Amino acid sequence: MTSPSALVLRGLRKSYGPVVAVDGLDLDVATGECFGLLGPNGAGKTTTIEICEGLLDKDSGDVEVLGMTWRNDARDLRQRLGIQLQDTQLTEKLTVVETLNLFRSFYRKGTPVGEVIDLVELGEKRNARIGSLSGGQKQRLAVACALVGDPELLFLDEPTTGLDPQSRRQLWRLIEEFRSTGRTILLTTHYMDEAEKLCDRVAIVDHGRVIALGTPDDLIGSIAATHPPPPPRQHAATLEDVFVAHTGRTLRDE
Amino acid sequence: MSEPRPLISRSLVQLTLVRFRDFVRQPEAVFWTFGFPVLLALGLGLAFRSRGPEQASVAVLAGNGGNAAVEQIRSALAADSTLRVQVLDDSGAVRELRTGKIALVVIPAPSPRDGSVEYMYDPQRSESRTARLVVDQALQQAAGRTDPVRVKDRTITERGSRYIDFVIPGLLGMNLMGSGIWGIGFAIVDSRSKRLLKRLMATPMSRAEFLMSFLFSRLFFLVLEVLALVGFGALVFGVPLRGPLVDLGIICLVSALAFGALGLLIASRAKTIEGVSGLMNLVMLPMWIFSGVFFSSSNFPDVVQPLIKILPLTAAIDALRANMLEGTAISGLGAEMAIVSGWLVVSFFAALRLFRWR
Repeated sequence: MTSPSALVLRGLRKSYGPVVAVDGLDLDVATGECFGLLGPNGAGKTTTIEICEGLLDKDSGDVEVLGMTWRNDARDLRQRLGIQLQDTQLTEKLTVVETLNLFRSFYRKGTPVGEVIDLVELGEKRNARIGSLSGGQKQRLAVACALVGDPELLFLDEPTTGLDPQSRRQLWRLIEEFRSTGRTILLTTHYMDEAEKLCDRVAIVDHGRVIALGTPDDLIGSIAATHPPPPPRQHAATLEDVFVAHTGRTLRDE
Repeated sequence: MSEPRPLISRSLVQLTLVRFRDFVRQPEAVFWTFGFPVLLALGLGLAFRSRGPEQASVAVLAGNGGNAAVEQIRSALAADSTLRVQVLDDSGAVRELRTGKIALVVIPAPSPRDGSVEYMYDPQRSESRTARLVVDQALQQAAGRTDPVRVKDRTITERGSRYIDFVIPGLLGMNLMGSGIWGIGFAIVDSRSKRLLKRLMATPMSRAEFLMSFLFSRLFFLVLEVLALVGFGALVFGVPLRGPLVDLGIICLVSALAFGALGLLIASRAKTIEGVSGLMNLVMLPMWIFSGVFFSSSNFPDVVQPLIKILPLTAAIDALRANMLEGTAISGLGAEMAIVSGWLVVSFFAALRLFRWR
């Protein structure tokens, strides 16, 4: 591997009482790659990502983030990570710009709030209260909160769940733009097309272990023998492309 | 490479602004904090306002002894300004007496030449016993009795001894408790249940600054709360402010911090709004009842007095009353201030130990 690892997990374990959530998980995420953590519900994805984010304590194993550990470098690490959690509800009575000003104030260096607002295309909503935003807008704001500290490593936990195709594609563009600056992304998703489109490599996790690892192409190739190719399709487009072609790329949150 | 740190960090300002905005943008919270105590004070003040000398309502029973005898008794009683007299028939008199609308019924003797009267009243009612004395004196004097000792009345009305004077410091204490415990407890548990607390933990935010922002915004609203209630009492009802105002401010400040810390402690573990509401009521209900908000806590039996005395609200209200009504300086309120400060320190450190950030 040419670049040093952004994230290294070795023999990671975590149990909740009798339930083993993460069971000896190993993982290497290289700097500058977009890495996808896939797996069914309850596979241990969120537990793994929250241990990496320093929000959960591991039971055993080694976790190294940006070459540092949570035990020794928590303060420094917090400054350099961008985090979007699955189910955060931001304060409804605050506006978009007030919320971002708050998050920006926690970081020593970061991106100006105005720039981040433009990046997630919430310019028209900058003074709207969060309670009045649509699901897609709230999700983009959550990602904006993760970006406002200008992080080196971005954690996105199911960032596009429940979004309409326009919002989804807008977030994809955002993620690709972030990656193009040489920074690292770890994301979880239930959408395989999303993983295929965004991720350099993916790990499929089940029962708290990595059961498959590689680039999307390699993984598809690995089971090609048992899955004969479908009859050739006349078009490379998907139904979602049709949807977007008809309804446009512009974001549709009222 | 470290840039100079400002005295108050940017994030503390932002966090405090968040608390401030979140509160001001909930009109119902603003009403319950500022409007409701003032309305309550207004209602209590009007209901218990001093009306000059209390008039006792009494009745003369019609029919007995003939109209002339009834009228003679009636006019003898009407001459006394502390009595309100009416003439009622048998069933009317019994009904009014039973429902407490009149205190006593004078029953003339059946035969006009007898001259005796009978008083019907309930000796358990204090206003009835008073009416019995006043009515008897009026009738005896009208019949020609002269008193051997000459008496002159000198009456005073003391500002500070009325019910409104008693209840304004009580309401102030209750309000400091309510807004400290509800205000801080709810906001924290709400953030926890919406996973906002967890999201903030994922940033470099300082936990100390997060907790301080609650205290800072509390202190700002504290000033408004105290001004609203004390100002209202002083301007509308002339409630006295006999003690040093600086001392009153210090008592309010320490009490508000103590209740804030108690709110923090109550909210340190609770995961849901329902859970924390129950806990808050459990903590506040005994104090609403025992701490002497609406009536003096000395009404409770002696055995429980030591327990009542160490409640933070009892100490806070006692200190507020002593300052406002008796003019006691804070140096004379050592015991009360020690109790309130004790609650502040113990609750705060217990909260820090128990607090769950997730």
